[in-house]
Amino acid sequence: MALDPSFIGRTYPPTEPYEVGREKIREFAVAVGDANPAYTDREAAKALGYPDVIAPPTFPFVITYGAAAQVVNDPDLGLDYSRVVHGDQKFAYTRPVRAGDRLAVTVSIDAIKSLAGNDVLTVRGEVHDETGEHVVTAVMTLVARAADEAGE
Amino acid sequence: MAISFDEVEVGTELPAQSFPVTRATLVQYAGASGDFNPIHWNEKFALEVGLPDVIAHGMFTMAEAVRVVTDWVGDPGAVVEYGVRFTRPVPVPNDGVGAVIEVTGKVAALLEDRKVRVDLVATSGGQKVLGMSRAVVRLG
Repeated sequence: MALDPSFIGRTYPPTEPYEVGREKIREFAVAVGDANPAYTDREAAKALGYPDVIAPPTFPFVITYGAAAQVVNDPDLGLDYSRVVHGDQKFAYTRPVRAGDRLAVTVSIDAIKSLAGNDVLTVRGEVHDETGEHVVTAVMTLVARAADEAGE
Repeated sequence: MAISFDEVEVGTELPAQSFPVTRATLVQYAGASGDFNPIHWNEKFALEVGLPDVIAHGMFTMAEAVRVVTDWVGDPGAVVEYGVRFTRPVPVPNDGVGAVIEVTGKVAALLEDRKVRVDLVATSGGQKVLGMSRAVVRLG
């Protein structure tokens, strides 16, 4: 069943702030095998002009995807998550995420489309720090594949 | 050594890299990212939903691809924009070897404010796994 297009433009309340820890950044950098010292060595990060270690470019997804659960699990929207695949992902950075940030995400639904029976949902997360400064915008497209008509 | 805007031109190639990925890599990434979707670690589940094998997290592949840019420029915070399309999954067999993600990058456009657009190509097993993979990065 197609998603209700009246959800386009809907904005959800900002999430409770996510506190970015140095050890979480380290864990993420190790998991993606990235040895750039800016992620783990405060002096190296300072040499690049940052007040503390910074997070890898795709780290904000950890926060924005969690925030997008508001949409994904919205019973009124009725997305069948068991059929969802990640279609695309974009980030636009004002500055890198860094240790000590307390980041709140405001999630909006940018688009709902139906393509070849698939539901295509575009969700935007605007990430701000506790001073209200914009940090990063993350836009993701989720594709809920059409139910197999042959029956499953 | 920082890359200067003045040193690059359209067509400048970034050093290519290969990133191995095993089941252990995926378990570690699941833990670090919080994405515990079983298609990334449970072969039985992956096969049941029609996948060829356990597949790598798309966000893992995206994280590897941009390393070609961040390793080149040195400062990961110089990345201003980064986007990809997930065109094909990366199957990760449980054979002790896993898969390899190969990434190349090329300067595709010179932009204002000493920024350049880098277009990335990521393949695994000879198949393109990311589409429209582009990063905008500010150079010195």
